[in-house]
Amino acid sequence: MSDAALQDRDARLSACPACDAAPLAQRIAAAAGGKGEGGDIVLSLPTIHCAVCITDVERALNRHPGVRDARVNLTLRRVTVDAPGMSAAELIPVVEGIGYEAHELDPAALSASAADRQGRDILMRIGVAGFAMMNIMILSVAVWSGAEDATRDMFHWISGAIALPTVAFAGQPFFASAWRALRHGRLGMDVPISLALILASAISVYETMQSGHHAYFDAAVMLCFFLLIGRYLDYRTRAVARSAAEELTALEVPRAFRVTAAGDEPVPVAELSIGDLIRIRPGARIPADGEIVEGSSEIDRSLLTGESIPVVAAPGMALSAGETNLTGPLVMRVTAAGADSSLARLTALVAAAESARGHYTGLADRASRLYSPLVHILALCSFLGWYFATRDARLAVNVAAAVLIITCPCALGLAVPAVVTAASGRLFGRGLLIKDGTALERLAEVDAVVFDKTGTLTMGVPQLVSLDPVPVAARPLALALAQGSSHPLSQALTQALRDAGTEAAALADLREVPGHGISGTWQGHELRLGRAGWLGADHGEARLSASWLSLGQGAPIRLEFSDRLRPGAETCVARILASGRPVMLLSGDAAPVVRDLAQRLGIAEWHAGVTPVEKAETLRRLRQQGRHALMVGDGLNDTAALAEAHVSISPASALDAARTASDMVLMGSDLAPVAEALALARQARARIKENFAISLIYNIVAVPVAIAGFATPLMAALAMSLSSVSVTLNALRLRR
Amino acid sequence: MEILGLLIPVSLGLGGLGLLAFIWSLRGRQYEDPKGDAQRILSSEWDDHPKP
Repeated sequence: MSDAALQDRDARLSACPACDAAPLAQRIAAAAGGKGEGGDIVLSLPTIHCAVCITDVERALNRHPGVRDARVNLTLRRVTVDAPGMSAAELIPVVEGIGYEAHELDPAALSASAADRQGRDILMRIGVAGFAMMNIMILSVAVWSGAEDATRDMFHWISGAIALPTVAFAGQPFFASAWRALRHGRLGMDVPISLALILASAISVYETMQSGHHAYFDAAVMLCFFLLIGRYLDYRTRAVARSAAEELTALEVPRAFRVTAAGDEPVPVAELSIGDLIRIRPGARIPADGEIVEGSSEIDRSLLTGESIPVVAAPGMALSAGETNLTGPLVMRVTAAGADSSLARLTALVAAAESARGHYTGLADRASRLYSPLVHILALCSFLGWYFATRDARLAVNVAAAVLIITCPCALGLAVPAVVTAASGRLFGRGLLIKDGTALERLAEVDAVVFDKTGTLTMGVPQLVSLDPVPVAARPLALALAQGSSHPLSQALTQALRDAGTEAAALADLREVPGHGISGTWQGHELRLGRAGWLGADHGEARLSASWLSLGQGAPIRLEFSDRLRPGAETCVARILASGRPVMLLSGDAAPVVRDLAQRLGIAEWHAGVTPVEKAETLRRLRQQGRHALMVGDGLNDTAALAEAHVSISPASALDAARTASDMVLMGSDLAPVAEALALARQARARIKENFAISLIYNIVAVPVAIAGFATPLMAALAMSLSSVSVTLNALRLRR
Repeated sequence: MEILGLLIPVSLGLGGLGLLAFIWSLRGRQYEDPKGDAQRILSSEWDDHPKP
């Protein structure tokens, strides 16, 4: 990447990682097929956590021929490998061979270098401000303890020589942001900060020249130092969230396999056009809308509609982007691509819902909107008051500068970032990733929770209800059949049989009939495992998903499967209900299944067979009633609702569209952190308000003194550091 | 009081050295992986000789 491009990224670092991540998918798609050309290979290692992991991974990779160097970054959970001419596909087995999960990351998609540069930039300014602050403090101690005349002037001059370049360098972020705000006709928090910095420096230089008593160089530099720390905390929180959001996107490379005369070629999904033939392998997600031309299989529509039972797919059937092909390979003709596809229509729905949510104003913004004009009016009033009372402009400016310095939102600038950093750090440790800066505050306001069913409250993975219908003698045969198929129901049966300690029997002629099931021969009998129709059985009421087992003689055996609850789902719902918030269940699945689940979890209000548009409308209705709803969902059918909700969470297993639309992503499979996050968000909001109260108390005490003209640089220094430190300590209480 | 003429430059110089060391460590990317560095010290991998 060129330097100019990096700088362009630098300038665009936004508060919204989703906005960064969404075009990323396009960029990755555009760079499809790109192998590591001499550049470093970056692998994501989600499971590493300790010193042994670092050593293991580095040792294994360094021993691999062709690898020049490997370096693990535990903070980002990544390893960067310098291996010219090798591809990630060759290195992943090396890492997986020693028992660590590894995924390829597109290094071009990770703008880490640009973000790091910004972080280093702020750190550098903190370092310079800290150095200057300590030196000026030491000089100031001499002045405070009574240095006089020439000595005081000398100390003031030295302080000024250190302070002026420091303020000019370290204050740049504030000056730049204040200038931007002023040009747009706004008064942000940075305008009073910049004004205080400039006024304090200028008045101090003037006073020093007149060999006056008070110089505020120490206050100006201290202001820079504390506010930069607030800036850095703010930056860290957003950088961690953004890099994780980018990682989620970098993991999924949207590619399709186009069928051409010369064989299959991988193409970016964005380049598909109507009429293209594409091949879809079993287990793959369908990349565009289309019609099956050849092959038969079963299709999992749960992400699109919430139905938990797979449907049979045969030539002529229409497929929509986002569905998953289960058993057999399919060739599909693309009927809609780009803006016409159902995926793009849903995206448009999401965009509409997001603009409806509008821009949420955070507590800090609301506080600064109230605060900035007040500070300016106070300073102006004290200037005018003193000027008309004494006709002494120098004294009046001195008092006004003291008021500005004392009221400067030092604690305010630190109060929110410190709390948000502490809270999101704790949630990150529990596997919840906050993508949006204001999400935590919005989460604290939640008074209703809406869940999706398939994939959210349940795993979206079937589980055998009972093994009893299968005779013990037939179990080895059933296992041999089931383990030959990758169909979710077969895998659930395999799991159940293995858990029961069954050993597989040896079968002949094992073959999978896509869309129907799997068959084999044992001692001359034909065995079949599959759909009811194929085995000549009647499926009856489609309440639970079921598979049938035929042993060659006698009636086929019915095997029932139910969707497994996500771990922590029961405790999560129970805790939310206990906290007095109503819970609603919205699912696209059939009514009996949804009712069962709702009763099991104690959810009073449930709706089955809900379409994506109805879901979004339900959320909109809640908003119109003045409720603040939290939506938890994973499917494409939830995407619009996720964007419409006051705040939204999706599990990491969700489609990327759903993850992009939501404010937080649940990294683990456990749902319990959702309830914890609700509690923690309330705690964090209380802590932010406490912090505002603390800085308000300091101001109430110090401002009258400043207006009365009794403020000294010592007082300003004390008030500033005391309020900043107490606010930070109060925020850190959240960590435990 | 003449000693001030010596002590102030010395104290500023010492502080400046600290600042330079900080900038050097920042340039050397020592703040990229704080968690990893905290864990790496526990590993005995390179105890006997430095990593080549």
